[in-house]
Amino acid sequence: MAATGVGIMPTLRTEVRQPEEAPRHLDLKMDVRALTFRYASKKAAVENVTLPFYKNLITAIIGPSGCGKSTLLRTLNRMNDTIPGISVEGKILLEGSDIYASGFDVIRLRRRVGMVFQQPNPFPKSIYDNVAYGMRINGMVSSKAEVDERVERALRGAAIWDDVKDRLQKNALQLSGGEQQRVCIARALAVQPEVLLMDEPASALDPVSTAKIEELMIDLKKNYTIVIVTHNMQQAARVSDYTAFLLNGALIEFNPTPQLFTTPEDKRTEAYITGRFG
Amino acid sequence: MERHFEKDIEELRERLLWMGGLAERAVQLAVSAVLDSKEDAAREVLAGEDAINELQIEIDERAVQLLALHQLMAVDLRFVLAVARINNDLERIGDQAVNIAQSATRILRHPRVKPYVDLPQMSSVAQSMVRDALNAMVRKDVDLARSVLERDDTVDRLRDQMFRELLTYMMENSAVVFPAFELILVAKNLERVGDHATNIAEDVIYMVAGRDVRHPALDRR
Repeated sequence: MAATGVGIMPTLRTEVRQPEEAPRHLDLKMDVRALTFRYASKKAAVENVTLPFYKNLITAIIGPSGCGKSTLLRTLNRMNDTIPGISVEGKILLEGSDIYASGFDVIRLRRRVGMVFQQPNPFPKSIYDNVAYGMRINGMVSSKAEVDERVERALRGAAIWDDVKDRLQKNALQLSGGEQQRVCIARALAVQPEVLLMDEPASALDPVSTAKIEELMIDLKKNYTIVIVTHNMQQAARVSDYTAFLLNGALIEFNPTPQLFTTPEDKRTEAYITGRFG
Repeated sequence: MERHFEKDIEELRERLLWMGGLAERAVQLAVSAVLDSKEDAAREVLAGEDAINELQIEIDERAVQLLALHQLMAVDLRFVLAVARINNDLERIGDQAVNIAQSATRILRHPRVKPYVDLPQMSSVAQSMVRDALNAMVRKDVDLARSVLERDDTVDRLRDQMFRELLTYMMENSAVVFPAFELILVAKNLERVGDHATNIAEDVIYMVAGRDVRHPALDRR
């Protein structure tokens, strides 16, 4: 017999996936229901979108420029509130509670649902202060020792502790793009969010830094729910568990990533992912 | 830096090797059913056919997903393409084993046509080709793969020898036509096993060295 080096394999029948197999149990972390979002111009940027975000999984939102994916992402932690004249119809539930219900604590929302942006945007402060800032102003810490410990934990969570532990007082703006972005991720993690929203987190980075951020995301999903908007559909294919395809503000398809990228249900999805769009 | 798709590549490799082990064992059992007149060995081959076929489907699904999701390059790309091809050859080897097993159950009903001389030799070479093709894949050993290619002529020669001898027996004594005919089929099946092992060896050379060694007679610029 060939030296297969495999050892004992489990019974084949349980290993082979049957087509009608029920999906493994998935918990809903956030739930977008019939969301329509308009800017002051009254045209719907997001139109009647219903979409689940499952706990401890990465969901990618893809689509051509102007399809509404970044707008949709920003509704998840009400970052659009700062824009005058907007209107929101429908609901967005976070663990069952509608975040647009009147009286909902928006400040707390933005701590529970953190955001990382396309252009790394560390504060013009030291690495340490960047990470400590959020927890200090939120009154989350009571002693220097506690701040130290949580800064370290956040920087480790962002896979950058070993690179910066001996220069925490260095100004964050002096770091490379990839390092700055990981400091921003650490900054978001420091306030112990439940969900991380990432808007094109690696598009300003070189390929090696991008790969590091992608591996980091896959590691982070063990403890967080992640939603990523990306115009790079190969990135969506590489890292996400579920993918949503948006076109002109409407949700065209939402499916497990392996399925969407091998046998999409909608012809428009197929046209987009095969690069035949436009 | 370890990438997360490496785990998927490793799982694909493990499943292919598992399938290889099953196909190898199927041929071994089927041949022993003929040579040692063991009917239960033949039954075991028939019972094991589904497992090989299920693996073929699963391996193809995994290969498609790997290619779609991870934009594989160079050695990873060649690996997945080679796996998709080897997959088919292993399934065919499984089919040949089933055919041999079915012939065995029919041969068993008749007295032995002649002492088996060429058949054990032929099956030994064919089985060694399958084993070495799979080992070459595990060890990424191009030389071992090449040695498999060289043995194909031996198997073809033994098949022709068996055909001639069995035809002679059939012409001299019509009572042995049924079992002798089945033995000719077994010889053909074993020769096909050798061909599939050769294909696997060629795919291993492609996977490891990036060289396409099929059809060496063609002028390659």
